[in-house]
Amino acid sequence: MANRIQNLFGQQQTGLLSVYFTAGYPSLEDTVPIILELEKNGVDLIEVGMPFSDPLADGPTIQQSSEVAIRNGMTIPKLFEQLKDIRQHTQIPLVLMGYLNPVMQYGVERFLKKASEIGIDGIILPDLPLSDYVREYKPLFEVNGLSNIFLVTPQTPEQRIREIDEHSNGFIYMVSSASVTGSTGNKGVANTAYFQRVAGMALKNPGIIGFGIHDCETFTQACSHASGAIIGSAFIKALGKAGDLAENISTFIQSIRKKQNA
Amino acid sequence: MNYNVDDNGFYGRFGGAYVPEMLYPNVEELRQNYLKIMAEPDFQEELQALLRDYVGRPTPLYFAKRLSEKYNTNIYLKREDLNHTGAHKINNTVGQVLLAKRLGKTRIIAETGAGQHGVATATVCALMNLECIVYMGEVDIERQAPNVARMKMLGATVVPAISGSRTLKDATNEAIRDWINNPEDTYYIIGSVVGPHPYPDMVTRFQAVISEEIKAQLLEKTGRENPDYVVACVGGGSNAAGAFYHFLNTPEVKLVAVEAAGLGIDSGESAATSVLGREGIIHGSRTLLMQTEDGQVTEPYSISAGLDYPGVGPLHAHLHQSGRAIFESITDEEALQAVLELTRLEGIIPALETAHALAALGNIGAKPDDVVVVNLSGRGDKDLTTYLDRFQLDGK
Ligand SMILES: Cc1ncc(COP(=O)(O)O)c(C=O)c1O
Repeated sequence: MANRIQNLFGQQQTGLLSVYFTAGYPSLEDTVPIILELEKNGVDLIEVGMPFSDPLADGPTIQQSSEVAIRNGMTIPKLFEQLKDIRQHTQIPLVLMGYLNPVMQYGVERFLKKASEIGIDGIILPDLPLSDYVREYKPLFEVNGLSNIFLVTPQTPEQRIREIDEHSNGFIYMVSSASVTGSTGNKGVANTAYFQRVAGMALKNPGIIGFGIHDCETFTQACSHASGAIIGSAFIKALGKAGDLAENISTFIQSIRKKQNA
Repeated sequence: MNYNVDDNGFYGRFGGAYVPEMLYPNVEELRQNYLKIMAEPDFQEELQALLRDYVGRPTPLYFAKRLSEKYNTNIYLKREDLNHTGAHKINNTVGQVLLAKRLGKTRIIAETGAGQHGVATATVCALMNLECIVYMGEVDIERQAPNVARMKMLGATVVPAISGSRTLKDATNEAIRDWINNPEDTYYIIGSVVGPHPYPDMVTRFQAVISEEIKAQLLEKTGRENPDYVVACVGGGSNAAGAFYHFLNTPEVKLVAVEAAGLGIDSGESAATSVLGREGIIHGSRTLLMQTEDGQVTEPYSISAGLDYPGVGPLHAHLHQSGRAIFESITDEEALQAVLELTRLEGIIPALETAHALAALGNIGAKPDDVVVVNLSGRGDKDLTTYLDRFQLDGK
């Protein structure tokens, strides 16, 4: 049976907006309200970040939101508790994203089973090696109907991209440039040669571009090279602003989509 | 039991390369090349010449007579403190910088805790005319100021790590992020036997010269090449790995790894990973790790910046789990006493890290006929402010 990620890409392969936020930020109980508000504002896919104390691939914004979230008391059991009835309220594709250590301590098998039970569709664990996934975990992802989402970067060799494509069954997360999350330089989305190289490979999985996408312009540019784009740090900055959470979310998402709507 | 790394980068169940895809090409490039390059005759020639003429190897193996009398056994000190820059760290940086050059890298980054690895990296970068950026926790910049000054003199840029506990773990995070941001021209010289494969094995190999020399020197001095004990402190574990390496498969040599207990194992202010840690993943390696029930890394504490780290290298996790090494832990206070003891008995001022190894001498149960080698990993110049203050010698 197809999960919601596979269904989404089955219906649409352009202009998809995926949003990442750190669960437990700005306040512990904001997780569900943020998900529902994002859906209301027309976001296509949501990545719920599981905070980790030492997020190696993240820049200052996600580091700080993770620190706050951990201090607020966010844990994997707490997140599962918050999300246990989520499918009664929304059918938006949901991906859990985090680092391997907290998942390992919870127990990988138990984690996948629980995620599947509450209706999660995909998992991103950037520090889970492809080889470990193939050797130990792939069948567990499959029985639980979860897509494992891999990252590729401008430095990933073609043969490895093909290998990643072979073992993926949702989408491929195309890191825009060599950087941690949250950089706002334009070198990422301007990396046309890389995007064209990947597009030319005719992979079986669609690609979404992430890292450094932070406004309407970079979003639109990224969408011209792939099925959509992921916004993380810029959205977290918007969440951190004073004022009403729902309003901040709506203002931010409208600002990203404005050209497309116009 | 096998103590060498396997083809997949594991020591038993520990090790591996748990890195995000952004680092994969770099780590893979290194994995495919390190053994090949290290085996090349011109690499070995250049390395050996530098170790001899620049670093000052072999370092002496010194029979510490008065210390031996005190503990009623036979104590030899492996004088890594007499290396250029004052610690064992340069054995590794000389090797890695030669590797970096052969890989065509032009920009060198490093993390440092006590500053000894930072100084050793800045030194070889000056020598090789390479740009050098060293990440150092804000807390460590404060407590190891002389080494910060030395790095600056050598032309390195010292970047403060301001997240988390602002110590070695956080400096390592920042160095890894730098590497992610600069994958093409940059080489990351890791300072201990930590990080993703092949770093633990590569750093162990560069430090193995310590035990190679101990064997030859002990044979010459005592007629036997194997001591009864080898004692070394463990932060990430590089000086211990180097001092243990050629004895790993000689079970009659007892290997003693000494960790920092900080204010005490149960105080909540400690860095004794083998006691307080559980299997987990830190800095790309599956190893023992101090962490909460939820898998968040615990902020460690030790008076010694070089031991103030919540993990140990995967080789040490394996030595601990297999029982091959004995693990001891020493508090701040015990380490300080050992500093004063060595200084007044032998006229050698050790580094705070090294003092932890010395403080374990009373715990190992060495007999009068036993031969004990302590790896004197570094000298105490960098810690003089702490010593003057703690021993109330600053004349106030
Ligand atoms: C003198 C000295 N000894 C020991 C250490 C600890 O490192 P390792 O465990 O890698 O030898 C350090 C680290 O900074 C050091 O400076």
